Amino acid sequence: MSDAMNIAKAVSKQEAWSRPQWLQQWQQAGLDRFRETPWPTRKTEHWKYTPLKSLTGIDWSLPEPKTSVADGIRFDDWNAIRLNIVNGELQNPGDLPTGVSLVRLSECNQEQAERFLAALEASRNDFLFDTANQAFIQDAYWLNVDPNTQVQQALHLNYVTDGDDVLSSSQIWINLGVGAQVTVVETFSAGEQGRCLVNANTAITLADNARMTHYHLMLEEGDAHHIGRVTAELQRSAYLDSFHVGIGGVLKRKDIRVRHCGEGAELRLNGVYLPKGAEIIDYHTCIEHEVPHCTSEEIFRGIISDSAKAVFNGRIHIHKDAQKSLAEMNNRNLLLSDQAEIDTKPELEIYADDVKCAHGATIARLDDTQLFYFQARGISRAEAEVMLSFGFINELLDSLQDEAVQNLLRPLLATLFAHQRSELTRHLL
Amino acid sequence: MLSIKDLHANVEEKSILKGLSLDIKPGEVHAIMGPNGAGKSTLGNVLAGREGYSVTGGSVQFNNEALLDLDAEERARKGLFLAFQYPVEIPGVSNMEFLKASVDAVREANGQEPYSSVDFIKLAREKCKAVNLPADFLKRGVNEGFSGGEKKRNELLQMMLLEPTLCILDETDSGLDIDALQVVADGVNALRSPERSFIVVTHYQRLLDYIVPDYVHVLADGKIVKSGGKELALELEKDGYRWIAGESA
Ligand SMILES: Nc1ncnc2c1ncn2[C@@H]1O[C@H](COP(=O)(O)OP(=O)(O)OP(=O)(O)O)[C@@H](O)[C@H]1O
Ligand SMILES: [Mg+2]
Repeated sequence: MSDAMNIAKAVSKQEAWSRPQWLQQWQQAGLDRFRETPWPTRKTEHWKYTPLKSLTGIDWSLPEPKTSVADGIRFDDWNAIRLNIVNGELQNPGDLPTGVSLVRLSECNQEQAERFLAALEASRNDFLFDTANQAFIQDAYWLNVDPNTQVQQALHLNYVTDGDDVLSSSQIWINLGVGAQVTVVETFSAGEQGRCLVNANTAITLADNARMTHYHLMLEEGDAHHIGRVTAELQRSAYLDSFHVGIGGVLKRKDIRVRHCGEGAELRLNGVYLPKGAEIIDYHTCIEHEVPHCTSEEIFRGIISDSAKAVFNGRIHIHKDAQKSLAEMNNRNLLLSDQAEIDTKPELEIYADDVKCAHGATIARLDDTQLFYFQARGISRAEAEVMLSFGFINELLDSLQDEAVQNLLRPLLATLFAHQRSELTRHLL
Repeated sequence: MLSIKDLHANVEEKSILKGLSLDIKPGEVHAIMGPNGAGKSTLGNVLAGREGYSVTGGSVQFNNEALLDLDAEERARKGLFLAFQYPVEIPGVSNMEFLKASVDAVREANGQEPYSSVDFIKLAREKCKAVNLPADFLKRGVNEGFSGGEKKRNELLQMMLLEPTLCILDETDSGLDIDALQVVADGVNALRSPERSFIVVTHYQRLLDYIVPDYVHVLADGKIVKSGGKELALELEKDGYRWIAGESA
């Protein structure tokens, strides 16, 4: 049993919930697994470089029901449909576009429940925090896009966490039918004060020819922790473009796992992580090429300042029958201080012979020659450092499909390097 | 304008400049020629304030100020401009952002109002035309994927926008086709004025047919070993640098 994380309060609250018996049993199974799973330490596979000390010694509780809606993240000039998920609970969904539906796990009929739970089972991993998610979610949500539906408006899942010492868990399953198309933006933010652990899972399944643009932006600042996973299963000729951002908070850890299950599936997986101060940000990605003729392109870039730490683990697994796979992974890191730390590890496992794979990881500091070029043109060293750092990730921002997302991220990320000095970012924004 | 006296400088403990002296008055154009590795680019870098070059002796006055006491950016703001022999690529920072940041910094330091974005874009486009660079180069990363000649023209573009008082051109003619050479020469000649001076580092006498210098100097082994008028370049073209060993011995 895992006792490093004190959850007695959370358990007694959870037990008092009213919900269908089958759901109660399923959550109990999660709790049982939680109790059997040891606390991850330096010796635990996949958790070697991720210090979890900040989670221990706290009486974690579950959030009180919220009536007011926290604001969270807003996009300017974008007619995205906003769905607020406050402390793990979906608020007033409002009208959804034709062909899009939202089902609550707690309100499923038997047939729906079977499908829903099967999808969740397929996406789960053995980590302690996954078992906690199953045990403590107040509900789970199934966002479905009917076959051949092209959703014009983007869907914005606005996750907000608010409270002190709260464990805020969420689980969403996004399922696209054959030929369906949608853009989904997940943003995570937390109230300024109050310690919290956001435990957020996203499961994506794309049927044949479905296309999805996905953003997963972990933006919690302050005393927030965020642990969770994103999984995706791509069927024949499905396309997923998934972009990730990790900034702020005490600790962030996301496991991203994509399975190519149908031939001709394509994945673009990009991300940036920018820990500063004493923050820790950890991305573990795993791409499974299970069938032939699939492609994956993955670029992650990190900028690590102060005494912050980042972990990047990128695994590509080409199965025996996955001939003609095309997989590229690149991870570049910029260290802005002597105390900054990065552990990066590409892992390539290839069991098919006719494949094209490339991977690379680099760690660098700001380039003196480039800095001098700025200074020789009259630009101050401080502004040069900000412009150069931002340039390092700007290439990825530039390639984003949606201008509204760029417009949200540009100022947010640029000011990170400028220590709130706007004169240093004025030429970027 | 610029007065270099007995300048000594090291790169990584290695002595490169070994007692170099040079006087430049407003409006003059000085060409510097000399063998590979003589220290020409080192001189440009030392004057521009690059880190890693330590001055071990001598002095440099720039408009009656001790140049060597200033940071690189301060020198640029006071009107010193180095066109790099090897311009640096900066992916992720657009040429436009970079140019605006540069011009704003220099204007601000000189008590001038910054350009509005609209005015600046107009101005930058105009100068692009003058150096024969398509305007979409403004949107690309600084020098990113530019050809050798395009990089040199981009240096010239920066020079035209900044309107410095002392321009140091380090082999700005290398790698240019004949038309581009004409463009660069026209650009420089258009900037020539009684207040503005030039140091033109080149290996080719041909450039000096277009940009006619007031003086030609030969820099060898860290010193100026010979100075003369523009006809010196023609002699060098004919005789090369073999004579130096005999002369300085
Ligand atoms: N960073 C450095 N580290 C070590 N040696 C250097 C460095 N920079 C310059 N040097 C050396 O200093 C000497 C002078 O170099 P410099 O670039 O000034 O020559 P140059 O006259 O410009 O030559 P070229 O005509 O080939 O451009 C050379 O021997 C060069 O190898
Ligand atoms: Mg040189």
